[in-house]
Amino acid sequence: MFVIDCPWCGERDMSEFSCGGEAHIARPEGSEQMNDEEWAQFVFIRKNSKGRYAERWNHAAGCRRWFNLLRNTATDQILAVYKMGDAEPNVSTEEPVTPSGEAPIGSGNDAVKLMKPGEAL
Amino acid sequence: MSSKYNVFNLIRQGLQGHTGWQAQWREPELKSTYDAVIIGGGAHGLATAYYLAKNHGMTNIAVLEKGWIGGGNSGRNTTIIRSNYLYDASAAIYNHALKLWTTLGRDLNYNIMMSHRGVLNLAHDEGEARTLKRRVEANRLNGVDSEWLDAKQVKEFCPPISIDEDMRYPVIGGTLQRSGGVNRHDAVVWGLARAADALGVDIIQQCEVTSIRTDAGEVTGLETTKGSVKTPKIGSVAAGHSTIIADMVDVPLPIESHPLQALVSEPLKPLIPCVVMSNAVHVYVSQSDKGELVIGAGIDPYVSYTQRGSFDIIEHQMASLMELFPIFSRLRMMRQWGGIVDVSPDASPIISKTKVKGFYINAGWGTGGWKATPGSGHVFADLVANDTPNAIAAPFSLERFVTGDLVAEHGAAAVAH
Repeated sequence: MFVIDCPWCGERDMSEFSCGGEAHIARPEGSEQMNDEEWAQFVFIRKNSKGRYAERWNHAAGCRRWFNLLRNTATDQILAVYKMGDAEPNVSTEEPVTPSGEAPIGSGNDAVKLMKPGEAL
Repeated sequence: MSSKYNVFNLIRQGLQGHTGWQAQWREPELKSTYDAVIIGGGAHGLATAYYLAKNHGMTNIAVLEKGWIGGGNSGRNTTIIRSNYLYDASAAIYNHALKLWTTLGRDLNYNIMMSHRGVLNLAHDEGEARTLKRRVEANRLNGVDSEWLDAKQVKEFCPPISIDEDMRYPVIGGTLQRSGGVNRHDAVVWGLARAADALGVDIIQQCEVTSIRTDAGEVTGLETTKGSVKTPKIGSVAAGHSTIIADMVDVPLPIESHPLQALVSEPLKPLIPCVVMSNAVHVYVSQSDKGELVIGAGIDPYVSYTQRGSFDIIEHQMASLMELFPIFSRLRMMRQWGGIVDVSPDASPIISKTKVKGFYINAGWGTGGWKATPGSGHVFADLVANDTPNAIAAPFSLERFVTGDLVAEHGAAAVAH
């Protein structure tokens, strides 16, 4: 659970929002020319990154407006909130050291700690 | 493997003060070459390795696990077993698994505490009742045992359920799969590990795969935190981390990873005789052999790899439990946890070859992978060994997202994903 800083309403509990999935997926131009593979890419394939991830949220129980949110999916730390149509801001975050590694703080995974606190990043 | 488990051995060990028991599996060093490597030491990965060794004679193989075996979703599910899916393809694979479950304990010489206590799926309105009745008929055509119960019969089969007509979502009936039930997740993991190890499979724990080597579109080996390995075949059974493994060979996946939470109550005397699932009220509950209620519901709505989940989801789950079972109003909850589930767009798994020769993927089980464990391992082992999917696995290829031949089990899978 996290608190989301709605660009219009300020900080609110996550339960007021609904998640709209990965951001910045534009409907391809010239879609009448597209083959099945390209459609599959657009409709189904998702980045699903562990680490930095841009997604859309809607303040469903508030102002009901959409916005983008940049979050670290390995820790759920929110890195930036920005408006629809804006480019992804260049905010750095602590990415997992190994591809499937767990961050020292915030991963919620106490069973598999591959990265120990204080370890060099 | 340590000696066979039976009553004579138990007595003999008892007389020796239980000093002679051996470890259930070895802790081997990672070798530099294997005939195949399975990534992921959960129940599906271990089942794959077990069937590869047992049915396909591939004993020079390894299971690599980044944490410890069974520490991921295998240790975080609600152990519900059923096969009452709507479509032929799903019924085939889940029923295949159900048949394997019934004898798995004996096959592994390990008590997996399989209990076929029945699974109830409740209907709360006319539309839902019609859908469930249709599913009963579809199930019967596919040889899956399934029957319709009206509200009174539901109450008789599971007395603690409230069928009060004044409820916001009154129970008007339900389907029952008597062969469904629950089992013990740790025992399944340990039993599979012990049996696979006995056949020569190396189970390497605390060993994370960091990259996969390919040459001209073929798998040649992989790098791990414990060294590098040469192998012509890799089976990825990494659940929530499937995308991360597939990204290493540039195979795009239609998967999103979400936290799924479950929780258990304080122990009670035997009370709920079966598994109860409700789609509309949205909770599922069964009682463990220790007496705890094991409760689950839906996924958190956002992509995340944090094994936690959010509080409002649990709040909703508890409200649903109260609705169905008002007698639990003063019950206290003991533990809550989250696992990372790999959700596919059509709520069906992906058991498939990929464009990279020698790289096979078994993923997308989402919120319902546990029930499929032996079936999943069985057909995936077949795919890895023969390089061609068998009739059960074929509908679950990655290709279906291009051709559009989806196995769309979303509403049909009894609990909304």
